[in-house]
Amino acid sequence: MAEYKKDPKKNTIAALVSNKSGVLTRISGLFARRGYNIESLTVCATEDPELSRMTIVLIGDEYTLYQMIKQMDKLDDVKKIGCADELDCVYRELLLVKVPATAEVRSQIVEIKEIYKAKVVDLSVDTMILELTGIPTKLDAFIKVIEPYGIIEMQRTGLTVLARGRHTLKDRDCYGDNI
Amino acid sequence: MKMKGADILINCLLEQGVDTIFGYPGGTVLDIYDALYRNGKINHILTAHEQGAAHAADGYARVTGKTGVCFATSGPGATNLVTGIATAYMDSIPMVAITGNVGLSLLGRDSFQEIDICGITMPITKHNFIVKDVKELADVVRKAFYIASSGRKGPVLIDILKNVQTEECEYEPAKPERYKALPVKKEKLEPAIAAINESKKPLIIAGGGIISSNSSSLLKELYEGIGCPVVYTLMGKGCIPEDDRHCLGMLGMHGTVAAAKALMNADTIIALGTRFSDRVALNREMFAKNKTVIHIDIDNAEIDKNVRADIHVMGDMYEALKTLIPELNKVQRAEWLDEAAAWKAEEKLKKDTNLLAYKIISAASKLAPKDIPVVTDVGQHQMWTAQHYHVNKPRLFCSSGGLGTMGYGLGAAIGACFGTGKPAVLVTGDGCFNMNLNELSTVVTQGTPIAILLMDNGVLGMVRQWQKIFYGRRFSQTTLNKKTDYVKFAESFGAKGLKIENEDDVEPVLKEAFEYIQKGEGPVLVDCRISPDENVLPMIKPGATYDTQLLKMEEN
Repeated sequence: MAEYKKDPKKNTIAALVSNKSGVLTRISGLFARRGYNIESLTVCATEDPELSRMTIVLIGDEYTLYQMIKQMDKLDDVKKIGCADELDCVYRELLLVKVPATAEVRSQIVEIKEIYKAKVVDLSVDTMILELTGIPTKLDAFIKVIEPYGIIEMQRTGLTVLARGRHTLKDRDCYGDNI
Repeated sequence: MKMKGADILINCLLEQGVDTIFGYPGGTVLDIYDALYRNGKINHILTAHEQGAAHAADGYARVTGKTGVCFATSGPGATNLVTGIATAYMDSIPMVAITGNVGLSLLGRDSFQEIDICGITMPITKHNFIVKDVKELADVVRKAFYIASSGRKGPVLIDILKNVQTEECEYEPAKPERYKALPVKKEKLEPAIAAINESKKPLIIAGGGIISSNSSSLLKELYEGIGCPVVYTLMGKGCIPEDDRHCLGMLGMHGTVAAAKALMNADTIIALGTRFSDRVALNREMFAKNKTVIHIDIDNAEIDKNVRADIHVMGDMYEALKTLIPELNKVQRAEWLDEAAAWKAEEKLKKDTNLLAYKIISAASKLAPKDIPVVTDVGQHQMWTAQHYHVNKPRLFCSSGGLGTMGYGLGAAIGACFGTGKPAVLVTGDGCFNMNLNELSTVVTQGTPIAILLMDNGVLGMVRQWQKIFYGRRFSQTTLNKKTDYVKFAESFGAKGLKIENEDDVEPVLKEAFEYIQKGEGPVLVDCRISPDENVLPMIKPGATYDTQLLKMEEN
C-alpha cells in the first residue's frame, strides 16, 4: 500500500456539471464544509446547453485531492470529473490589469508588454488596461514586473484547461479505479 | 390526463408504492393534504411535531428497506424536519421529505413562513429539488425516489411551491425506475480473494452496508465458508445472530472485549459496508497497523477516507459478496475461531451483571415478543441495548448511529411499528425522552403498541460518565432534577404506565408490559428507576487504541 503524498501542491480539477441554478452553491458548500482550500474556480457554459464546465485549482495533498474528487463525484449535478494534471493539457488564464500610464512611464510599460506579448485594450489620458493570456506563472511574473508602476485595479479569470489531442473530459473513464 | 400538481404528487407517490406518510399539515401544503384526502389510498400518520414525522419516516425505512416519506409545510415545518433528515443522511437511510413553499409570486420576498429549505438541507441530503414549474413535478418526484434508494442510500428533499400544487398539467403514469446494482467482476476481486485465502486470522467487520444491501445471508455464507469471526458496528447490529459462534459482538468505543481482542490479533480485516467512523477507528493510524485491510463499500469516497485500505473494492455489497464467496477456499480456521470463542466465553463470565440497567435490558431481550423491532435513543441506554439486547435478524434494530440524535427514538419507534405491522420496544433515557415526548400523544392516538423502557436515572448519563472520566466529576448541567412522575405522565396521555424500582420488579413488570403491547391496545411506558452511576463499559477513550480498553471506571 503506497502512502499518500503528504506535500501540498496545486491540483487542477475539471468537471462537467448541470447547467442549473444552485449547482455552484452545492459545490462550493461542499468545499467549505469539508475544509478544502480552493485557489480558483472558473465556471462557464459549454457546447452542450445542459452542462457547465468547472475548473478548480485546489491546494492540498494527495488525500485531499482524491477525497475532493470522490465527494464531488457523488453529487447528482456532477456529471464527469477528473484531475486534469494526469493528462497533457493546455492551461490558460486571462489577466486584465489597469496601470497608471502617464507620459513619463507609458513607453516603459509598452516595452514590458511587448516582451510578455500582452495587449493594450484601453488607453486613457493617464491609465492603460493591459490584457495578457497565458499560464498562471507567466501572469504572476508579468504582475511582478508591472507592480512597481502601481496597479490601479486588476482581475484574473482563474484557470481554464483543455487536454491536448482527441482527449475530452466527456469521454474520460471514471477516475475511480485510478484512485 | 390533466390534473393539478398536488394530485400529480399523490399519483407519483402511489407509483412508487408509498403506503404510509408521516407528516404535519400547514398553509403551503393545504393543496397536497387536500389531494391526499380526496385520493384516500395513502395512510397518513399525523405526528405532534415535524421532527417526529422525519424520525418516523426514518424508522419506517430502516425496518422495511423501503423509502420513508414525510410531509411538512414551509418555514418552521420544514426546519423542524432538519434534524430528522440529518439523522437519515448520516446513517444512509432512504427517505423522501416533501415540503411546501410559498408561491412563485411571493418567493424571495421574506414572505410569511418562507424559508430556503433547499439551501438549509444541501449538506444533509443526497440531493434536493425546488419545484417551480408543475411540468417538472412528476419527473422530480420519480428522480427523488431513485436517488434516495440507489447506491449509498440517503434522504432527498423536494420543496414544492404552492402555485405548482394548484397549476394543472398533463400527467402520464410511469413505472418506477428501480435501482439495479451493477455486478462486481471477478477481476476486481482478485486481490481480495488472494489476501483472504492467504490469511490465517481474518476478521470480518460488518457494517450498516450489509443491512442496507440485504446481504446478511451472504455474510453468513462468507463467515461460515472461511471460518472466521465476525464483529459488527452499531449500524450493522442484526446482520448476524448474536448467539452464532462466529459472532463476537459490537466493535468500537463501547464494543465487547472479544471484538477488541479479535481486532488486535487478526492479520486481515475484511471491512464490509462500514466507514471506519471515529467511534470504531478511534485511532485512525493505529487501527489496522500491520494488518491487511480489505475494504468493500458502495461509496468510493469512503475508501481510504478514514483508514487506508490495502485492497479496496467499490461496488454493491450483495453483488460483491456473490462474486467473492465462490472464489474463496472453504477452510475452517478452527484454531482462530476457538481462540475467539474463548474470549467471548471469558467475557460472558466476567460480565458485571449486577447493574439494574443490564438486568432490565437483557430481560427485555429474552421476554419481548420474538422478532419485533427494538429502537433506541442516544446515550448510555443506547450502548447497553447495543451490548445486551439480542437482535438476531437484520432490520430489527433502529438507532441513530452517525448523528447521535437524542430524541430520535419515539418517532422512529412509530415508524418501525407501522413498517413492520408489529409492536416495538423503545429503550430510551430520561434525557432523550424529554426531548420528543410529545409524540406519546401520537402513539396513543394511533394505538401504536410500543413498550417504552425509560431508563430513568435523573441524569444525562453518558455526558455524566465523561465528566467522571475527563472532567473531575464536575457535573455541569447533567443533573436533570425533573419532578416528572412518568407513570402519571403516561396515564395522562392515555398510555399505560408501569414502574421498575428494583430487581424483583424486572420480570413481572416487563412481562406485563409485553403482554399489553401484544394485545395491540396501545403503548405502555415503563419507568425504570436506575442509579445515576451505572456506567457503560467497556470503554475506549476517543483517539485511543484497542489495547487501552477500560473495563472499570477510571476517574479523574
